[in-house]
Amino acid sequence: MASHPSTRTRRGPVTYLVRLIVIVYLFFLVAWPVYLVGKNTFADGMDNINSIIEDPDIVHALSLTVQVAIIAVIINTLFGVGISILLVRYDFPGKRLLSALLDMPLSVSPIVVGLALILVYGGRNGWFGPGLESMGFQVIFATPGIVLATVFVALPLVIREVVPVLEEVGEEQEQAARSLGANAWQTFLRITLPSIKWGVVYGVVLSLARSLGEFGAVKVVSGNVLGETRTATLVVEEKYLNFDKGGSYATAFLLALVAVACIIIVSVIRPKEDR
Amino acid sequence: MSIEIVNVSKRFGDFVALDNVNVSIPSGQLTALLGPSGGGKSTLLRIIAGLETADSGRIEIEGVDATKLSPQKRNVGFVFQHYAAFKHLSVARNVAFGLEIRKRPKVEIRERVDELLKLVHLSQFADRLPSQLSGGQRQRMALARALAVQPTVLLLDEPFGALDAKVRKELRDWLRRLHDEVHVTTVFVTHDQEEALEVADEIVVINEGRVEQIGSPDELYDTPANDFVMRFLGPVTELGDRLVRPHDLQLLTGGGEPDTVTGRITRITRIGFEIRVEVAVGEQLVTVTLTRNEFLSLGLQVGSEVQVRVATGVGAPRLIDAV
Repeated sequence: MASHPSTRTRRGPVTYLVRLIVIVYLFFLVAWPVYLVGKNTFADGMDNINSIIEDPDIVHALSLTVQVAIIAVIINTLFGVGISILLVRYDFPGKRLLSALLDMPLSVSPIVVGLALILVYGGRNGWFGPGLESMGFQVIFATPGIVLATVFVALPLVIREVVPVLEEVGEEQEQAARSLGANAWQTFLRITLPSIKWGVVYGVVLSLARSLGEFGAVKVVSGNVLGETRTATLVVEEKYLNFDKGGSYATAFLLALVAVACIIIVSVIRPKEDR
Repeated sequence: MSIEIVNVSKRFGDFVALDNVNVSIPSGQLTALLGPSGGGKSTLLRIIAGLETADSGRIEIEGVDATKLSPQKRNVGFVFQHYAAFKHLSVARNVAFGLEIRKRPKVEIRERVDELLKLVHLSQFADRLPSQLSGGQRQRMALARALAVQPTVLLLDEPFGALDAKVRKELRDWLRRLHDEVHVTTVFVTHDQEEALEVADEIVVINEGRVEQIGSPDELYDTPANDFVMRFLGPVTELGDRLVRPHDLQLLTGGGEPDTVTGRITRITRIGFEIRVEVAVGEQLVTVTLTRNEFLSLGLQVGSEVQVRVATGVGAPRLIDAV
């Protein structure tokens, strides 16, 4: 915090030039396109929004998206915090391999993820799927498959937020708690969790935004059945391809709104004195 | 004996941190583990606390075999060099932590915390966060936190290492007084021989994973077991084949005295009340420290010829250990 005043005191022409470049760049890349989605949504007043809200299939798609996103975020948060602690606090053979593996979902195209999941869990030819299906549990072309795909693509986000915070906080507070008589669970709840709180919150928000917006992997595994397994992003595509631009923009606008709202809320409530 | 360390060894990969260490630490005293950095003293302290496990050997605390006990069952207070303050908790909550874990009644916790904050002179800071305290205050808070659970032993790992010289000296005196009040068996790690000599009842000198000597500050200073201990505990200089303290040497200008060697002064440095004189005796450079008055009465200058001898009344000087 102390460095801020000193870095901000010198404001030469270069500073303004750099700022201008960044602002122009972000404007054309992010702000303007997103604004246009909003503008097109409300081109005919509330008509587009109303037509979406009144269509039960679209309402179903939106609620499916939210449900899937929430389940995926819960799974990724629990798993992510656990894995982060494992990665930072313990040494074991294959740790670097595991760490590299955890970045895979960011580097592999979601569509590949979808295909890969079908190969494993597919009901007819999958490696694992027929067995599950015979027990009455359908994964692919059903909600579990959508959740699975969403969890996969959003997997690293909590971990990548929490790991650096855990490293920065260090182990000594936890050791102090242990020597004062706290067991592992008490130490986690009273010391570790409060100190990584903002890392977790940020990870959750990013995961939520990513999960709401997942398209490629979900498209492959969901089967895209209207009113059953069609999610909001799939609705956007479907409407767009069917020349229902208004409905498409309106759905897209709702999706973007939720994600942007999450990020804004967090940056507002996050304390200025960082972490 | 409060803490028994029996045949403890510890390796980190190829590095031998502790090599078959045996130490008995007496009850109710202030014991220093003294040695150079990387000598294994912090590792030993962390093994006593259970924060590190020994590869072999045994640890007993107050007659209980603690070798396999987890840190939370050992009832030791541990104070870290960098305080390890719980950053999200107020000073009072930090101190209360161990008591809250033990589910003591709220009234009792409040009384005990008040009492401890008074003891470490932090009563007016009870509601602050650790980040609003100075280093010395944070370390006193950490000490109160460790004392709150009434530990069998109090372990301090370079407790004043991160503080500036003045605060460090204050806290050192304060720790000594605190110990005289509280009387809990205390072990602290330091690489500062002055700190150990000033504060400790007993000093364990540890180097390269081995115990070099155990004894009172006087014993260690006056009758060091070997050259390492002698060199580590204070300044030394070589005169012929003997290892002596510079303040145990005398300079004479008259000549003709027995047991002296003659040399020429090459350098004179004044450090406060003390004058350090370097004398070239043949190939050897001997350092002698004098008080200002001694120095002035001798009227020494660079280039003067002087006789050097070991002051009378000093015990027989050590012969340098054969390597």
